[in-house]
Amino acid sequence: MSDLALLALNLTEARDGLARKMFSARELAAAYNDAVSKAKPLNAYITPTPERALAMADAADERLARGEALPLDGIPIAVKDLFCTKDILTTAGSHVLDGFHPPYESTVSDKLWQAGGVMLGKTNLDEFAMGSSNTTSWYGPVENPWRRPGDNRPLVPGGSSGGSAAAVAAHAALAAIGTDTGGSIRQPASFCGIVGLKPTYGRCSRCGVVAFASSLDHPGPMARTVRDVAIMLSAMAGHDPRDSTSAPVPVADFEKALTGDIRGLRVGIPQEYRVDGMPRDIEALWQQGVEWLRTAGAEPVEISLSMTKYALPTYYIIALAEASSNLARYDGVRFGLRVEGDGLEEMYELTRAAGFGAEVRRRVLIGTYVLSAGYYDAYYLKAQRVRTLIARDFAAAFERVDCILTPTAPSTAFAIGEKSGDPIEMYLNDVFTVPANLAGVPAISVPAGLSGDGLPLGLQITGRAFDEETVLRVAQVLENAASFRHLPSFLAGAGR
Amino acid sequence: MIEGRTGKWETVIGLEVHAQVISKAKLFSGAATGFGAKPNTQVSPVDAGFPGMLPVINRFCIEQAVKTGLGLAAEINLHSVFERKNYFYPDLPAGYQISQYLQPVVGHGRVSLDMPNGTVREIGITRLHLEQDAGKSLHDRHPSLTYVDLNRAGVALMEIVSEPDLRSGEEAGLYLRKLRSILRYLGTCDGNMEEGSLRCDANVSVRRPGAPLGTRCEIKNVNSIRYVMQAIEYEARRQIEVIEEGGTVEQQTRLFDAARGVTRPMRSKEEAHDYRYFPDPDLLPLVLDPDWVERIRADLPELPDARKARFMSEYGLSADDAGVLVAEKETALYFERVAQRRESKVAANWVMGDLFGALNRLGVGIHLSPVSAEQLGALIDLIADGTISGRLAKDVFAEMVASSADPAAIVEAKGLRQMTDSSAIEAAIDTVLASQAGRVAEYRAGRDKLYGFFVGQVMRATQGKANPALVNQLLKKKLAG
Repeated sequence: MSDLALLALNLTEARDGLARKMFSARELAAAYNDAVSKAKPLNAYITPTPERALAMADAADERLARGEALPLDGIPIAVKDLFCTKDILTTAGSHVLDGFHPPYESTVSDKLWQAGGVMLGKTNLDEFAMGSSNTTSWYGPVENPWRRPGDNRPLVPGGSSGGSAAAVAAHAALAAIGTDTGGSIRQPASFCGIVGLKPTYGRCSRCGVVAFASSLDHPGPMARTVRDVAIMLSAMAGHDPRDSTSAPVPVADFEKALTGDIRGLRVGIPQEYRVDGMPRDIEALWQQGVEWLRTAGAEPVEISLSMTKYALPTYYIIALAEASSNLARYDGVRFGLRVEGDGLEEMYELTRAAGFGAEVRRRVLIGTYVLSAGYYDAYYLKAQRVRTLIARDFAAAFERVDCILTPTAPSTAFAIGEKSGDPIEMYLNDVFTVPANLAGVPAISVPAGLSGDGLPLGLQITGRAFDEETVLRVAQVLENAASFRHLPSFLAGAGR
Repeated sequence: MIEGRTGKWETVIGLEVHAQVISKAKLFSGAATGFGAKPNTQVSPVDAGFPGMLPVINRFCIEQAVKTGLGLAAEINLHSVFERKNYFYPDLPAGYQISQYLQPVVGHGRVSLDMPNGTVREIGITRLHLEQDAGKSLHDRHPSLTYVDLNRAGVALMEIVSEPDLRSGEEAGLYLRKLRSILRYLGTCDGNMEEGSLRCDANVSVRRPGAPLGTRCEIKNVNSIRYVMQAIEYEARRQIEVIEEGGTVEQQTRLFDAARGVTRPMRSKEEAHDYRYFPDPDLLPLVLDPDWVERIRADLPELPDARKARFMSEYGLSADDAGVLVAEKETALYFERVAQRRESKVAANWVMGDLFGALNRLGVGIHLSPVSAEQLGALIDLIADGTISGRLAKDVFAEMVASSADPAAIVEAKGLRQMTDSSAIEAAIDTVLASQAGRVAEYRAGRDKLYGFFVGQVMRATQGKANPALVNQLLKKKLAG
């Protein structure tokens, strides 16, 4: 098969092709290594690992030849550079982790390799996963492989898993792993026209994932189709004794959940998600989604998630409070960057000033503030209470419905620098995604159409805790109905 | 009470004791905890605060804390929470210490002190919580750099906070000894202050008797019981002096300078850290199964107070003797092994007298005693069955201390077996009396005081081996003519 044909296969097709010996894992890995170098202008990867990819592919080929194929044997996967990878530079997109080669592998990436996955490299991200546009990375912004027709301005891929999303969309990875703290898998998936799933909190181990906000960080899969994502999740999920917040819940074969049958399912449509200023095409696509699901036999139900309007401020208090503490370890003492100063305090100050970008510094400051004596009750404690109410909102809704359908983001990809410098405007991009993080419930973004200006738009399905199966099943029905076949301009431009 | 220039003052003391939990692994990682290992050889990536590494609670450390709580007659909180105490220091790798703050695992309890006047004082325990220890900064290895040893980082500590119920340095000393004794009985902390496994901060204030509490100063990290007592006495007098000279005591943290016997200011209230405590999102709340707690309670060993009562009733010991023997678990065990099937008062006298004396001279604890309990018991048996005299037993004991040999072997080797053959003793007496004819005449003339002299001569002639009772009996008869 030609490289182009190989790269056009999705994960499920590639898996079947490998099983039927239509091509080898090495051929597939070589094609992807090549695609990774060709995608360099997108800046999606910080550290490609082509040699490791070939070595892992060879090992997969041996197993395939012996008829002992593992679930992901030979599948080239990109890893967000927030996952620690043993002896491979791990940066979190930050200068402060300069030269950091972890002596350990994250549980989730390790599970992928144990399942036969092939590591393509480490993908770019917002610094410490803090951002919605992948513009805060020390390694420079990532470009979205999509551009608006007739407009040559580079667009953001969304964030923070922007490198992973761009790599998958540009066919420079068959699948990727990301993390989602407030939408960091789903929003870039929506912006890049791919599928991204944030599983239930505790479903995928956080062990070895550089922490942003511990109670909100969710590792999850990103891929081209819902089935691809289901296959990835089956390999990534599972209880990890090294993460106390990991749930001892059995892992299903999620691919089996994709029955296509959603007859009789009740799908909640939350009125609070009709926010002011939401673009018409997003509103229209949402309505279209409702109709698709109705046609497939589901029953749309108007519901109320009354706490929605408090989700964003609640999120930004809790996430930043945790971040301020999680990032204290980057002090120049044991690893990463150290800027020598006159004495200890100055070393701290210079190291952290040089090591952290403006957005990270802002968030550490806010997080420190909301935990300070005299402010703790008014901010952090109150936010925790609201968080409980938001979770109750979802729990109450899930007594009436089986899942919830909303848009993934209130906008399409925007141009780098198109938004004002006001961080609040950027934070608003997370308005539809943060509630699921606060409640810990699973949510997926599925590409469902193009906006008026020709960019991908995602719809989001949110489900009950540990009911990824329903989420995936409904998502696949949506995917089939939308039959999103558009390719990004980057691929078109490459003559594909 | 302390007599100041302007009248009586009362010292009010509360102690915060950090007790290192006896556990092979750290509180949140599997790294080892042994004392004295080479720097940075007992460190996991969790302890070093490496990115993405997460704490996982060590169940055994929780069990140790619960056991300690039960030993302090305290409430066990079935729901408790680990929080982060945030501050920057190179030996605190994550930039926060995981500790318990608002919801500790153990609540109110008590410790009773045997006061010198024979009364018992109950000291309240406010709480016990678990936390990680920090690493150690080594400032003396390089002229301008500080090195960091993380072996200790993450080791489990129990912070045991007393109510402000103590009233003098002496009481504080009694409290610390009693607490240490309980911890050692429980096997939850080795109580070794030199190695830092037991550390103490003292909160000290003074007031007029009956007046509200005064402003307190906290004295940090005093590393022996004697220093704690000294530091408190010094600090109380310092505060009284400040007040009596018209000043006010400033709330501050102070360090004890053991070399000079004084406390010095370390930081004032204004410089106090804002630790920004919040529940650690990496750890779920700690929820204990009440049945598990009850099983720990059922398995508790006998504690010093109960053992003291038992020693008094079972062995007929006085309160003082029983108190001395139970103070250290090892001593109590030793005593019981010696006293088994033997006269308990004799056993107690040997342990508290000759043995303690020897251990003191050697400067070792009873666990390093050159004489085992079985050996001491055997020695007592040799006296009881008449093999050796009580007087010779002292010599045998001295030899046991020197060589760790069994008493029977020493007796045999040195031929110390008591002479109980009356004809041999008679012969010895005859020889002595024959050679001392003049003194015999004096004695018979009424100089009774010479009797002791004859005994001494007979014992000398038999190298001390003659049975004293037989000597007495036969000598009296012979002298009576």
